[in-house]
Amino acid sequence: MRDSPLLALLVTFAPLSLASIGGGLSILSDIQHQSVDVHHWLTQAQFLDDFGISRAAPGPSSLIVTLIGYQVAGWAGAIVASIAIFLPSSVLVYGLARIWRRYRGAPWQAKIERGLAPIAAGLILAGALNVLRTAEGGWLAWAVAAGSTLLLLRHRALSPFVLLGAGAAIFAVANLV
Amino acid sequence: MTETDAAETDAPPPSLTALFLAFLTIGLTSFGGGLSGWIHRDFVGRRRWISEADFTSGLALAQAMPGVNVVNLSIWVGFALRGSRGALLAVTGVLAAPLVAIILIGVVYGRYGGLSGVHAVLAGVTAAAIGLTLTLGWRTARRAARDRTSLSLLLATFATVGLLHWPMLPVVAVLVPLSLLLAFRRGLR
Repeated sequence: MRDSPLLALLVTFAPLSLASIGGGLSILSDIQHQSVDVHHWLTQAQFLDDFGISRAAPGPSSLIVTLIGYQVAGWAGAIVASIAIFLPSSVLVYGLARIWRRYRGAPWQAKIERGLAPIAAGLILAGALNVLRTAEGGWLAWAVAAGSTLLLLRHRALSPFVLLGAGAAIFAVANLV
Repeated sequence: MTETDAAETDAPPPSLTALFLAFLTIGLTSFGGGLSGWIHRDFVGRRRWISEADFTSGLALAQAMPGVNVVNLSIWVGFALRGSRGALLAVTGVLAAPLVAIILIGVVYGRYGGLSGVHAVLAGVTAAAIGLTLTLGWRTARRAARDRTSLSLLLATFATVGLLHWPMLPVVAVLVPLSLLLAFRRGLR
């Protein structure tokens, strides 16, 4: 049982689920350390490839553990790794949601919401800035992001698809030039 | 579903199928990140299933809790709309397609290596998707900065984490209790 790769995936990633406060990227270096240095599931180069894929693929970038799980033990590994990274924190949030509903309308609830809101907004804006800073494309990425933001704010009914397609087209053309 | 607050919304709570499909679509189409922005645009803006105020508090709590923000937010919104089954379907829906997609992309990538054209296209999608996050940030910030104290806390969070690159955990560990304390002392106006 000790040598089971599925068990190893579970006990490696489940604690990280509860450690990932403020989003999945906060545990990235731990995922890297465990997968590359401790368990030798991947080389450093493979990890960087996986990271690039997780950024480009749809969905949260924490799905990098799904990909690592797949590479370690196939589809079973992918499922076990996903459960390990998402289940513990999800159960916690579900529990909080239940409590929140039970005391719905209590004054303390409004105060907590009011106290958390500015921090949440600051973190979202800071997160966007940090992603932008590491984004490929330099000034072009900034320009596309700024243009996309302005259009989304102006036009509530605008489908983001149009913007994502336009962003892809602009970059593809820039890549050819 | 009478518990669901319909204050600022003008749509009845969705069926479980509609809820699942909405989250599935978000998961499937959320290239380049910015998923919380997608959910906001779709659920608050387009479908009017959940009010701006309920969404904002869900978002704030989703960020304060451990776990991936968008997964937490999906559970929160799913539960608010359709209870426990709604939460389960929301989280399954938002993760199902990306989970399969990342493995398929990983397999293809491993076989063919990086294609520079594909790479550029994805970088462009990512840049445009940042607009979704910035839009959400802007809307949330406007709601949150109701007075000078809130605005100061918002700017302090943004400056330390976004501009100065201080590690987020200690910043949050100081600013969240401070902000809560101030909110409780101010009382409600």
